[in-house]
Amino acid sequence: MNNINLIAPEIFLFSSISILLMVGVFKKNSYNIIFNLSLIFLVLTIFLIYYLYSNSGIFLESYIADKLSNFSKFLISVSSLFVLFTSQQFIKDKNISKFEYPIIVLLSVLGMFFMVSSNDLILFYLGLELQSLSLYILASFDKKDTKSSESGIKYFVLSALSSGLLLYGCSLLYGFTGSTNFEIIKSSLNSENVGAVFAMVFILVGLAFKISAVPFHMWTPDVYEGAPTSITNFFAIVPKIAGLVALLRFMDTPFENILNDWQLIIIFISVSSMILGAVAAIGQNNIKRLMAYSSIGHIGYILAGVATGTASGYSSAILYMTIYAIMNIGAFACIYSMRKNGEYTENISDLSGISKKRPLLAISFLIVFFSLAGIPPLGGFFAKFYVFMSVIENGMYILATIGLLTTVISAFYYLKIIKVIYFDENKLTFDNNKNLSVTSTLFLSCILLLTFFLYPSILNELVYNLFS
Amino acid sequence: MNFPILSSIILIPLLGSFFITISRSKNVMSSVYLALFTSVVNFLLCVFLWYSFDKTNSGFQFIEEQNWINGFIKFKLGIDGISILFIVLTAFITPICVISCIRSIKDRLKELLIAILILETFMIGVFCSLDLVIFYLFFEAGLIPMFLIIGVWGGSRRVYSAFKFFLYTLLGSVLMLVAIIAIYWITGTTDVTEIYKIKIPKEYQNLLWLAFFSSFAVKMPMWPVHTWLPDAHVEAPTAGSVILAAILLKMAGYGFLRFSIGMFPYGSDYFTPLIFTLSIIAIIYTSLVALMQDDMKKLIAYSSVGHMGFVTLGIFTFTQQGLEGSLFQMISHGLISAALFLCVGVLYDRMHTRKISNYGGVVNYLPKFSLLFIIFALSALGLPGTSGFIGEFLILVGAFKKSFIVAVLASIGVVLAAAYMLWLSKRVIFGDTKNAQIKLLKDINIHEGFTLILLMITTIFFGFYPEPLIETFSLSVNNLIENYQSEINTLSITSNK
Repeated sequence: MNNINLIAPEIFLFSSISILLMVGVFKKNSYNIIFNLSLIFLVLTIFLIYYLYSNSGIFLESYIADKLSNFSKFLISVSSLFVLFTSQQFIKDKNISKFEYPIIVLLSVLGMFFMVSSNDLILFYLGLELQSLSLYILASFDKKDTKSSESGIKYFVLSALSSGLLLYGCSLLYGFTGSTNFEIIKSSLNSENVGAVFAMVFILVGLAFKISAVPFHMWTPDVYEGAPTSITNFFAIVPKIAGLVALLRFMDTPFENILNDWQLIIIFISVSSMILGAVAAIGQNNIKRLMAYSSIGHIGYILAGVATGTASGYSSAILYMTIYAIMNIGAFACIYSMRKNGEYTENISDLSGISKKRPLLAISFLIVFFSLAGIPPLGGFFAKFYVFMSVIENGMYILATIGLLTTVISAFYYLKIIKVIYFDENKLTFDNNKNLSVTSTLFLSCILLLTFFLYPSILNELVYNLFS
Repeated sequence: MNFPILSSIILIPLLGSFFITISRSKNVMSSVYLALFTSVVNFLLCVFLWYSFDKTNSGFQFIEEQNWINGFIKFKLGIDGISILFIVLTAFITPICVISCIRSIKDRLKELLIAILILETFMIGVFCSLDLVIFYLFFEAGLIPMFLIIGVWGGSRRVYSAFKFFLYTLLGSVLMLVAIIAIYWITGTTDVTEIYKIKIPKEYQNLLWLAFFSSFAVKMPMWPVHTWLPDAHVEAPTAGSVILAAILLKMAGYGFLRFSIGMFPYGSDYFTPLIFTLSIIAIIYTSLVALMQDDMKKLIAYSSVGHMGFVTLGIFTFTQQGLEGSLFQMISHGLISAALFLCVGVLYDRMHTRKISNYGGVVNYLPKFSLLFIIFALSALGLPGTSGFIGEFLILVGAFKKSFIVAVLASIGVVLAAAYMLWLSKRVIFGDTKNAQIKLLKDINIHEGFTLILLMITTIFFGFYPEPLIETFSLSVNNLIENYQSEINTLSITSNK
């Protein structure tokens, strides 16, 4: 009976999805009920994850629950909760309030739960596909908008290709090691095994696509721009957490012995993501596109932590991801506030001079974007600090220097937004609607980012024993 | 003493800015009074701190320690003779800035006051922190309010200047962050007092020194990375220029003393010729550039670069006179440059131009102002009897001990400083009144008079009686030099073997 505890969050989530689906099918105009119910179910899932913690594996060790999977499930469900919570008003304004929306989000969350808990190639692939399929639908959720459909198709075609590569890598790995279990693969893998190294590259490519690392980032700006803002918010945070944890699990368990083979690849991906994320964002006028490039840059810093190949580096990557999630939830809450006569704008120039009419919104932008730029004493600085701490611990001075120099370049475009808000003349006045969910989320994330420096070890303690 | 006085002086301005933020009063003057009250209270506390500071102790005092990141970094504050005066200077300049804003800023005064107070918190934090990471945190955090002060309340090219200021400083500082983390992995701590004891191995010192130098050289600013300063000064509002010149620039000098010399004596010794070269270029070149400026603020900004060149020169002579002179010069430059920027602000508020060619014969219509302006201009060129003289004199004495040529070249700077300051006074204050507008100007009002006279009194007081300042830092400086010498000696002995 104890074993059931391990998988209880997934079982619960799956049953609630089924119930919601039934309600949605048989009850007319059930969007509001389903939306609110799905929020409640997510909260309950979080409680389940929190209380039913245990550390072992089931189903022939193909599914494991450990601290890492537990923490990442917690992070995934909390961030999806906030993503859903803030999107309420937006979905209604955009007239896409179909009952499938929260259900598909939950399905994708379920897929990610399996992804982060998998200890087996097959289960991993199933989880990955469940979340990817849900994401294709979500990207094209605004059917009337051609941009949204375009982004859905684009994401589908490219993602399917990357999934194919990943699957090919999995099959090669199985062929060369004779097992799909991570532990067994690890024990039968070494650098002599060239075929397995080949497989590792394919798997790495697939995962790098999912977390939108350069050079597999091409889809990101288009999908971010085309998808409805609430979905972009989801894309920017949740699949990246799952992708990162899956990557870490691959690097930590099956590929641990071929560290020398993948380390250089990750360093290359990391450096190119940092540089592209910093440089390409400068010319953007659309704030969602800008967030896309910014997320590519942030993935670069996270991968710098992964590149160390040590437990402290992995922990710092997870820590970065956590703070990144907080910052992005705040940033998108800001973007939700860019609303004029019920129409949402995405142009950065529309923000000009809002500091006079909406000082509180302006200061939130200030906090969130300075934090994204990594200026102390805001939370974003500590994320970078911990990553570079472990990078330098491993003597990778050049990686650290390149990384920190790109933060200067990327500071430029964050500053540009601050400049538009504070230095330019006022043009538009945004609606002063009382959107409680967005305001409270924005407030919460700003407070977290502002006060993080008071007690920065709180996250450390959570994160630094995830990898043994 | 159990009362956490250092944390209090750091937190009081923050608290004040918080109260200004939440106050809903429509009257802007209420926030001015609140800001003034906070900063004056903080100044009085700092004076009390100076009073209760034990001048016979060369170590760190008022140490506060708190676990911050468990098992890794401690939140450690403490002051010695070197840092206390900068704290007092900061607390002294802030209320002056607040007063200077009252008449000259019409737009969003409340927000400006909040920014100034938050900036004060960060600046005092820089001078108090005894941990590298905490230092970095405060050092960088100060960029945000200063960026906004230049960008929101600045002149016509404010965006360009604000970006230039921010990115230059950030670029220098990230290398320092790499060095700070590297120090942690080399010594196992970021606590400055611990690092003094552990001593960083010789082979790392040069690179680490360069990384710290990249940050301090931009902040100082040293030639050739000084170009952000004239832009920032010209575009910033008066209060911003005052803070920038009086305090922000001093962070770098402080950093050289506390970190570069204290932690990397070998590196400092190795790179002394570099510093001397850059300082001499700064002193002579920027003085020549200052001569040719037509913008008063730009002229004073270039003169600041020159004066800071004296400071770096003095620091790296490693003599008691040189170091004391540098510290004195930093304090006195803090007072004099603040006063000069306030004077330019007085003229600008009336005429809305900073071009020297638009002025002339001001003395006929603004006699009180002209008297004060001349006094400050003379202090800036180092006239005996003003605080500017003592600093430069001590630095030159120190430089002569170290190298004759360097000292001679630096002395040329003194002459040039006299040239551009006197010529500025001649063109602005004296001569014929060509511009008819000047005839309509009113002399300084009570706010301006109060701040300027306060600065004049301190400048002249310390010019005649420098003892209170010198006795505060002489023991700490002595200690610093002794440590440096013993380190250099042991290192050279080991390398000779």
